[in-house]
Amino acid sequence: MAKYGLRTIAVLYLFFLLVLPVGLIIWRTFGDGLGPFVEALTSASAVHAFQVTLTVALWAVAANTVFGVGTAVLLVRHRFPGKRLLNALIDLPMAVSPVVVGLALILVYGRFAPVGGLLESWGVQVIFSTPGMVLATVFVALPLVVRAVVPVLEELGDDQEQAAHTLGASRLQAFIRITLPGIRWALAYGVVLCLARSLGEYGAVAVVSGRLVDQTQTLTLFVEERFQNFDQPAAFAAATALALIAVITLLLTKLLRPKG
Amino acid sequence: MTTDVAVPPALPPGPPGGGARPRSRFSVPGGTALGVGSAVLYLSLIVLIPLAVVAWRSVDQGPGYFWRAVTTPDAWSALTLTVGASILVALINLVMGTIIAWVLVRDRFPGKAVVDTLIDLPFALPTIVAGLVLLSLYGPESPLGLNLAYSRAGVVLALLFVTLPFVVRTVQPVLLELDKEMEQAAASLGASPFQTFRRIILPNLVPAMLSGTALAFTRSIAEFGSTVLISGNLPFKTQVAAVNIFSQIEGDNTTGAAAISTVLLVVALVALVSLDLLQRWGSRRG
Amino acid sequence: MAIEVRDVNKSFGTTPVLRDVSIDVESGSLTALLGPSGGGKSTLLRVIAGLEQPDTGTVRISGVDATRLAPQRRNVGFVFQHYAAFKHLTVFRNVAFGLEIRKRPKDEIRKRVMELLELVHLEQMADRYPSQLSGGQRQRMALARALAVEPEVLLLDEPFGALDAQVRKELRTWLRRLHDEVHVTTVFVTHDQEEAIEVADTIVVLADGEVEQVGSPAEVYDNPANPFVMRFLGPVTEIGGSLVRPHDIEISTEPVEGGTSATVSRVVRLGFEVRVELQVEGRDAWVQVTRGFADQLALTSGDVVSVRPAPGARSLVLATV
Repeated sequence: MAKYGLRTIAVLYLFFLLVLPVGLIIWRTFGDGLGPFVEALTSASAVHAFQVTLTVALWAVAANTVFGVGTAVLLVRHRFPGKRLLNALIDLPMAVSPVVVGLALILVYGRFAPVGGLLESWGVQVIFSTPGMVLATVFVALPLVVRAVVPVLEELGDDQEQAAHTLGASRLQAFIRITLPGIRWALAYGVVLCLARSLGEYGAVAVVSGRLVDQTQTLTLFVEERFQNFDQPAAFAAATALALIAVITLLLTKLLRPKG
Repeated sequence: MTTDVAVPPALPPGPPGGGARPRSRFSVPGGTALGVGSAVLYLSLIVLIPLAVVAWRSVDQGPGYFWRAVTTPDAWSALTLTVGASILVALINLVMGTIIAWVLVRDRFPGKAVVDTLIDLPFALPTIVAGLVLLSLYGPESPLGLNLAYSRAGVVLALLFVTLPFVVRTVQPVLLELDKEMEQAAASLGASPFQTFRRIILPNLVPAMLSGTALAFTRSIAEFGSTVLISGNLPFKTQVAAVNIFSQIEGDNTTGAAAISTVLLVVALVALVSLDLLQRWGSRRG
Repeated sequence: MAIEVRDVNKSFGTTPVLRDVSIDVESGSLTALLGPSGGGKSTLLRVIAGLEQPDTGTVRISGVDATRLAPQRRNVGFVFQHYAAFKHLTVFRNVAFGLEIRKRPKDEIRKRVMELLELVHLEQMADRYPSQLSGGQRQRMALARALAVEPEVLLLDEPFGALDAQVRKELRTWLRRLHDEVHVTTVFVTHDQEEAIEVADTIVVLADGEVEQVGSPAEVYDNPANPFVMRFLGPVTEIGGSLVRPHDIEISTEPVEGGTSATVSRVVRLGFEVRVELQVEGRDAWVQVTRGFADQLALTSGDVVSVRPAPGARSLVLATV
């Protein structure tokens, strides 16, 4: 009896909180066939938003992947003072509101801030431009690759790397031929999570982009702007596209997630 | 959340001319130093310095100014709403997340694998999409006739959506690993199923339940995107702290925004540090 | 009878693990369920405890039909191979658990638990958590916990299986002494014939879900019911189509009456005993002799000897192999 009760509570909760809302928006998007969906997503603004989103996400993923792998190797394979602190600081972005991320970057890299002003005088605009959006995205997605790679690297141990060294491999060779293949699925898992987070970031990008339509507007900003301007079909279409990306991510991570 | 990469205890000084390993604590090989330097620089430029500047900006005009910025009627109302709603959301998650984890581990029914996969959807879905999705079911055009738009209930709903996975995903693995024989031992000692749950299962789940709840709480405190559309951002009614910060930035009041940001950071850090202390206390017996 | 098991059958899926098992366990006895792994002995123990339901058959405990009784109503103590320690409770609270469930007064619980902890030599550890104990200590705690509720029968599932050889030997002797002190009807599962012989009054040999033999350690060792039991209980070798214990073979350099001729292939000195490996009618066999006797014979490989089972020794004629 208790068993069926709990099952019913859990399923109903998930149904009304998760399944029904997401199902409804997909139904509303495709209610009138595929035509309006394609049309809404091929408008000039939508295509531009797609491009901006991809550019920002790819830079952010590239940066976080390099940083993530490097930092994971440092944390697992090396000893240095302050390691605990570094390890703790990696998770800091998880506890920071996206809006605060945006504010923090504006206060340092904004036109009227010392660093931002200096960069501006060299002709590099950070805030209200792509570099700022990349920085914001890097910030929010920073822990994902590190946290995916560290446990696998720990489990892998350094026996194989040491064996490679005794066989004459240099550090770089051992890394490329031994370590990298060992962590490739964990790395892929981290990169997929990082990419999904980057494509979907809203709050931090909303602050640093200045939300300039057709200039710094990403897909998530496009959804919000279209909705506020009563263009529901475009908002729903873009939201559905993002939801589909989320579902694909989910399935990919399910495949890549380290078992056990 | 943190994978503890503990520094091994300092080794006693090795015998003279002995093994290469025991180095002094502060001499680090060049390659490592370069790596640590780069990592710290990256982290500093993107995360640490900007956050420090926020904290500094919030107090550089004196504590009085900070206090006034935090206690303006709209900021104070946004902060209390955020903290209140987050506590409520954390408590609901504590109960529902545990029930869902329980059902996913101990129950068997067709479609369970799908349900299990769906749990992570709120993490994968962009927050603005989450808000839009909820608004379409629980907004003015609700097919259920349930309009929560522009109400505090709507804010709570949005927070429940984005925090769903935390408790489920922290409790689930602990429940999976839980030694079934402990429960059988309790039964053979005369405990009823309820007594076994109350005295054996629950105490072993509590650390995971609390840590999931704390994570859900910090996420709620910080949440922005999902509440934007459904709350309507009515000051004194549905405006949460993150949205209040956003509107202050838009209004070029960065000092006020920094003050409220600092409060949010401190609340989140206090929650995470207490969680960490709680886990240390728990693992002493673990 | 403390426990009567009648015609119990149990399958997991399509695999039968217990087939028509019937055993009686006498009150106050110490019985071993002995057999190879996968033989059904743990399942039988769990059926007695109520942790598994038999498909058919009945279990009576102290004369009461317990077949459909939930484990918590059977008043049995169960000790698990991997201790099943309550990790979140101290040693004291672990042992007190069953008494707390039974809502005994605090003073009584305190007194009883301390008595038991003394009995298992853990009185110093009362405030520790299980994670701070060694394997042997945890198992003793689990035993005290099971004894606390004064069970009618005490069931132990491979109680020493997870411990290292040294601790295992100590605990064995200790369990025997403990049983002599408390006299609770005890059934334990083991796959170690030495353990069963050393500790138990009665051995039940189980293989492939069936009872092969029941008897005292001497009976099952000296009068095995079939070749399987003989092989499982101790070393055997084959001479002239019979299964014989290697220490029950006479060996002589002269031909003897009823003897079989054999060629020595190797002589291995293992401290006090000496193992003489032979070729008998084209098959490998071996004989165990004392060092003194071996020196007297002065055997070397290639010698031709005569072997025969010692008079009165148990041997089993094997079907044509």
